[in-house]
Amino acid sequence: MKNTNEMEIRFDSRSENEGFARVAVAAFMTQLNPTVEEVADVKTAVSEAVTNAIIHGYEGEVKKVTIRCRIEENVFVVEVSDRGKGIENIEEAMQPMFTTLPEQDRSGMGFAFMEAFMDSLEVESSPGNGTIVKMKKTVGKGREIWTTQSL
Amino acid sequence: MKYQVQENCLTIYLPREVDHHSAEEMKREADAVIDRNHIKYVIFDFEKTDFMDSSGIGVIMGRYKTICLIGGEVWAVHANARIRKILTLSGAAKIMQIYEEDES
Repeated sequence: MKNTNEMEIRFDSRSENEGFARVAVAAFMTQLNPTVEEVADVKTAVSEAVTNAIIHGYEGEVKKVTIRCRIEENVFVVEVSDRGKGIENIEEAMQPMFTTLPEQDRSGMGFAFMEAFMDSLEVESSPGNGTIVKMKKTVGKGREIWTTQSL
Repeated sequence: MKYQVQENCLTIYLPREVDHHSAEEMKREADAVIDRNHIKYVIFDFEKTDFMDSSGIGVIMGRYKTICLIGGEVWAVHANARIRKILTLSGAAKIMQIYEEDES
């Protein structure tokens, strides 16, 4: 049997909740004994996904954003989903610097950051059906070797 | 937003967490100040900041677009390793000056 643990949170798509979302995920993640860097990576990625759900998915309307986290051994899986308008062209949306809202000073780096800070990123979306962003990160890579040596 | 204006230079003291939520208000206020005071140099002070996502990059890029038209510059000061990584990864480091202080 694999060592697993799960949690799910659902909150209003208000920008005030962005801070809450990444802190909640970071708190759940601590049981993996991550480094400061790993926690910062996950917080940034979650922040990007939640911001996308709020400004692009719901376009400022207040509805629900769901975050599911799952721990499988030393792999941290986080899924951010909304029931908003969805993405027409996922490939285009994921290109660095691409944004549908340049007039709002969006940098277009959201997906690029998620990709850079997590080990894997999958996006499921279709117009009118919302978006699911699934990210994985192996926590504590390379630490084992060090532990073995010190023993 | 905490800020300071000295002649044509605006220093913005960024909050602890720079995300979409805090960025919105910052953009609005910064633009008003830049407009009113004929600002040419914008300094982002990261002294208190320990979190920033791509919304922060949007704030920097947006202000850069405004002031580069009049030959202005954008600076970052007191940026920790994490913030510097974000600036580098996003390409913002290419358009702005990052002031490196001696770490003592």
